[in-house]
Amino acid sequence: MTEKKFTDDLPRIYGLYTLGFLAFTGLMAVLEQFGVSAATIGVLFVGFTIVIYAVIGWLSRTMQVDAYYVAGREVPPVFNGMATAADWMSGASFVALAGGIYFGGYGYLAFVIGWTGGYVLVNSLMAPYLRKFGCYTVPDFIGTRYGGNLTRFCAVVILVVASFTYVTAQINATGTIASRVLFIPFEVGVWFGLLGILLCSMLGGMRGVTWTQVAQYIVLIIAYLVPVIWMSYAQGFGFPHFNYGEAAQRIQELEPVVGLGTAATESFPGTRILTTPHFDASDPADQWKFATLALCMMAGTASLPHILMRYFTTPTVRGARKSVAWSLFFIFLLYFTAPALATLTKLQLLDPELPTAVIGRAYEEVQSLAWIQNWSAVGFLNISDSNGDGILQLNEFFMRPDIVVLATPEIAGLPYVISGLVAAGGMAAAMSTADGLLLAIANALSHDLYYKIIDPKADTRTRLIVARILLVVIGAGGATVASLQLTGILGAVAWAFCFACSGLFFPLVLGVWWKRANRPGALAGMVFGFLAGSGYLYYVFSMGGEPIFGLDHLRFGIVGMSVSFVAMVVVTLLTEAPDAETQAMVDRTRIPTGDTILGQAH
Amino acid sequence: MENGLSERERKHWSRTATLNWIVLLLWFVFAFVIPLNANELNAYEFLGFPLGYYMVVQGSLFAFVSLIFIQNWIQDGIDSSAGYNEE
Repeated sequence: MTEKKFTDDLPRIYGLYTLGFLAFTGLMAVLEQFGVSAATIGVLFVGFTIVIYAVIGWLSRTMQVDAYYVAGREVPPVFNGMATAADWMSGASFVALAGGIYFGGYGYLAFVIGWTGGYVLVNSLMAPYLRKFGCYTVPDFIGTRYGGNLTRFCAVVILVVASFTYVTAQINATGTIASRVLFIPFEVGVWFGLLGILLCSMLGGMRGVTWTQVAQYIVLIIAYLVPVIWMSYAQGFGFPHFNYGEAAQRIQELEPVVGLGTAATESFPGTRILTTPHFDASDPADQWKFATLALCMMAGTASLPHILMRYFTTPTVRGARKSVAWSLFFIFLLYFTAPALATLTKLQLLDPELPTAVIGRAYEEVQSLAWIQNWSAVGFLNISDSNGDGILQLNEFFMRPDIVVLATPEIAGLPYVISGLVAAGGMAAAMSTADGLLLAIANALSHDLYYKIIDPKADTRTRLIVARILLVVIGAGGATVASLQLTGILGAVAWAFCFACSGLFFPLVLGVWWKRANRPGALAGMVFGFLAGSGYLYYVFSMGGEPIFGLDHLRFGIVGMSVSFVAMVVVTLLTEAPDAETQAMVDRTRIPTGDTILGQAH
Repeated sequence: MENGLSERERKHWSRTATLNWIVLLLWFVFAFVIPLNANELNAYEFLGFPLGYYMVVQGSLFAFVSLIFIQNWIQDGIDSSAGYNEE
């Protein structure tokens, strides 16, 4: 079977795969009816999907540089869009986003706007030009555009810090799900998750990751949409996305009735009560927080190497643009569902007219509900009749934000097969992102640090072996850090975006859009931006300093980017313009057709 | 291509850049202007949603997706009219 044939066959292959997955889900539903235990179904779901990914990883094995780094540049735009969407949507998007909206209201929706709007920047400022450049990695662009090993090295450092911060959060998420579903300790779950991740990426590099990510996208989107749509119909709202307006309005009516904002009189570590209104954008301080967070997430999106490198895999520049459009479309499917999920779940708990309501119901009755007992048993949920009136109030209902997605099927009384499906989806989301990130780090180290700086004479075989050894070493490092559980899933994710935009956003954008930008300027932009951002993070987070202009540790990218921009422009203007050759290279980058700037298999 | 750009290249890039500025302006409106004024927009209703809320949870996202597809469609035209066609 030739390569050409393979890409032509993709719609059929993935069509069959989707049908197969749905049939498997149906089979699980049947088994549940025959009395197979919930635990077994969970194990089968997660085990079956991981085996499929591993098989795809094995089939994609390669010893060619182009296939390993950029999947042979033959990925059709729609499939690259799906792969990017899986690469992009992490355990945080899948597990934590809806819960965040549930608890955080307006302020949290900045993540939704930021993580979608960023693609407009990717498409208009970056992707087509980086594709034309023909690089293998993001530091490859920086190193060639500005020249010199030092610029390349700085880009590698920023990439590694940003991506490593992110990947530990993902390995943490795979460990959490694996330990819950497979009944193994978290520390073991982390290594189990890593094994699954490496099975996808080690043999086939970017090619293996691409084709497993497409498969993972299909699993995760089915797992996200099915429960929401089912729940919405079961509750009589009809198709959720267009019909939850009334639910949102009803929540706003109920908020004063159920006493939203009354402080809790007790506390349980790790869980919290709902205090933020569902949607209130009136406070200027909240608006400022919204804007700064959204900006950090958008600029971070456009600077994160594991996303940008996905657009190096298309056959053409036009293909790269098309895949950005498809990426955002596939991401959009999940992101415009999350607020619907958060709203419907909240209404089910609050609205006394619905049978699922718990707030305002007799305390003993709530205590006897199966889902309350299940989640209380693992400490993810707590109820306590603080005022002793025998009724559960809103400030007596404590929940961990990230269980909203996982518990929704149970709250709505859906069969357990749906919970198994959701676990498989969460696993797919976390694994696919971890894969992309690990590969981005290992590729930057093997290609930019080892091959371009340390040993430019290395042969293909050595390069690819070094790349794989690095993949395993970095993965093991990530798993070790993850098993220490230093930060929550979401904190680490926001930091990764801030690190990336502090150091890389302006050097990347201005590299294409400002011909005058030169090496000293880029170096200053990367070094000062990254140091300023990191220093500020240390100040507000570790030293407990007072945030300046309300910029807390989730928003340190604003500080980093501002310093980066000023430093880059000032230093560039104070030093000599780049030579004619470099300027001509920028001109060629802007022309969508013709040979890439960097030759084939450089 | 020696020093300097041909007329064709100059025109292609200036049209590309103009399109980009327009896209970024619209991006700014949907990413910042509308979400920051969501409460004022909530005075109106759309599909049963308060309008401001609708824009933040769906409207702006939909606008971003459309914006990219439309930009690419126009950019394809700019590329083709400059003779930059992919085979």
